[in-house]
Amino acid sequence: MNQHLVLRVVTKLMVGFIILFALYVQFHGDYSPGGGFQAGVIFAAAFILYGLVLGLENVQAVLPPWITHKMMALGVLIYTLVGIYSFFVGFNFLDYGALTPSHPEHGQHYGILLVELGVGITVAGVVISIYYAFVSRSSTSEDEEW
Amino acid sequence: MLWRVLLFWIDQSQSVRQSKFLDGRSKIDSVIILTLFIMLVISAIGVVWVKHLFAAAMFSGIFSFLSALLFVMLDAVDVAFTEAAVGAGVSTVLVLGTIVLTKRREQERKVKENLRSLILVALTGLILIYGSLDLPEFGSSNAPAQSHVGLTYLESTPEQIGIPNVVTAVLASYRGFDTLGEVAVVFTAGVGVLVLLGGFMRDRRRKDQGES
Repeated sequence: MNQHLVLRVVTKLMVGFIILFALYVQFHGDYSPGGGFQAGVIFAAAFILYGLVLGLENVQAVLPPWITHKMMALGVLIYTLVGIYSFFVGFNFLDYGALTPSHPEHGQHYGILLVELGVGITVAGVVISIYYAFVSRSSTSEDEEW
Repeated sequence: MLWRVLLFWIDQSQSVRQSKFLDGRSKIDSVIILTLFIMLVISAIGVVWVKHLFAAAMFSGIFSFLSALLFVMLDAVDVAFTEAAVGAGVSTVLVLGTIVLTKRREQERKVKENLRSLILVALTGLILIYGSLDLPEFGSSNAPAQSHVGLTYLESTPEQIGIPNVVTAVLASYRGFDTLGEVAVVFTAGVGVLVLLGGFMRDRRRKDQGES
């Protein structure tokens, strides 16, 4: 894609805003539509766009595959740890009241924030990893065939 | 012209007037919903019709965007969000990635095979339509979604959770265990795809080459 100057410039401009929007969807999910799942996919879409236009080597220099592989497990780990923490301090599994026992409603806010963060990290990791896995296989045919 | 015909049809058609689906909506809403459905059918036919797989992938992306718009019209914004991001964005990219790895054109098939698939699809469609007859009327107050546990969630979310988005409250808190299961499913699916496509192996091989 070296010859598409407009695409490359616009992509470099857009990627920052897409990631910003993903963070907004992630941390504003309590108040507006969206949540961890959508945020994770949008976050991944930013990197996929970068990879499509500027090539796999460039995007993997920013976010190498070993990081995305660890992200997949990290999200599930965060989610589970929130649940396990709550039954170690005497609440039910995944009862977010455990995070601030004096004020259960605040605990719900923290809990939802942490859990959604876990969902977002896992989804972003999985989507980017799958994209890397697809693209890093060698193509069977040349560009001209399109 | 098409608009006139549509408006006339909405006014005249008994089936549309009787269905609860368009009840209590303004006429412009009905026109938008019907137009979206018609475009949805056209793009679905497009996916089947075109032989060039790149065009088919684009048609399926359009299909996803149109269904996202329909979800917005039905006030399911969270679902629309997911459909637009996953269905139209990521799946289209993955389909394109698959096309790069395989072939650009659909394989020609015999008429006999096509006929067999057509019968199968028609049968499945009939069964689905038969199943949909048991569904509650659209927007009915007696629907299970309105009368069972959903009402409790709507009432108790402001005091128990204290956040405005009830969808998030249900997903992350009331149904937190289900969502944990879902995340585990996403994780497992990711690991499965990586094992099949050799994402892990290639990493190690590249590292080995770098070291040697």
